[in-house]
Amino acid sequence: MVYLTRKIEFSASHLYHNPAFSAEENRRVFGKCNNPHGHGHNYVLEVTVAGDPDPRTGMVLDLKELKEILQREVTDRMDHRFLNYEVPELSGQIPTCENIAAVIWRLLEPKITRGALHRVRLYETPDLFVDCYGDGQGVAHGAGKPAGERR
Amino acid sequence: MNLHLTRRYRFSASHRLHSSALDEQENRRIYGKCNNPYGHGHNYVVEVAVSGPVDPATGMIANLGELDAFVHNEVIEPFDHTYLNVQVPEFHDHVPTTENLCIEIFRRLRAFPRARLERVRLEETGLNSFEFRGELPAGSQGTRP
Repeated sequence: MVYLTRKIEFSASHLYHNPAFSAEENRRVFGKCNNPHGHGHNYVLEVTVAGDPDPRTGMVLDLKELKEILQREVTDRMDHRFLNYEVPELSGQIPTCENIAAVIWRLLEPKITRGALHRVRLYETPDLFVDCYGDGQGVAHGAGKPAGERR
Repeated sequence: MNLHLTRRYRFSASHRLHSSALDEQENRRIYGKCNNPYGHGHNYVVEVAVSGPVDPATGMIANLGELDAFVHNEVIEPFDHTYLNVQVPEFHDHVPTTENLCIEIFRRLRAFPRARLERVRLEETGLNSFEFRGELPAGSQGTRP
């Protein structure tokens, strides 16, 4: 098994606001991220596909094809957008790094037909990122408490 | 959805690698420059990964302010700008290699009440790093997680 990773960047704005919270509660829970005008990030997305190289081409999948999928599914949807208002897949959700990574997983997973999507890693800043493994166990599992003890 | 949230933190500290189980010559041979009796320092980078269900009300696994405060209180504040061998009690009779430091950081952070601690990754320099996921081999002498 080989793990292949492709990286892209996109820039977008968002704000955190839960209409079920009071104004005071929104400010307390979300802090500066609750600014009603929104704010932005340069997101960095790393997409990892796992598979065995095709013996004829030596490739897990054609990087050009993966690049086109990422352009269509992620960049075209999210780059230079206000995520709360312009990305329907996020509507009704707070566009946190967790939720954006999960949306990107759901968008990409059915499109990767050679190999299998293994991990979506989304950096909001260089010091904050989320790894999404879909419903899989991911590389970091099997350690610590058994699954039954998870909150 | 299996999601891990990772946050990076920094602290600077000095240490000396010297084991009371080894004689002077052996300490010098094994630890080399790191055995310098005056100690030496690093800018450490700590990556802390937590997992758990995403709260639909906040979209978050854990509130970052709470995670930051916990890591700050348990690790950054007690370690930053210290001489680890002397000022961190766990290293009084325990070699503060980055392996052991990584295990000690995991031990301190596993009590974070808001999410499950998955992984601690510690960079000693930009060229070497260590990762601990909570499992020690049986009979290990490492700091107990």
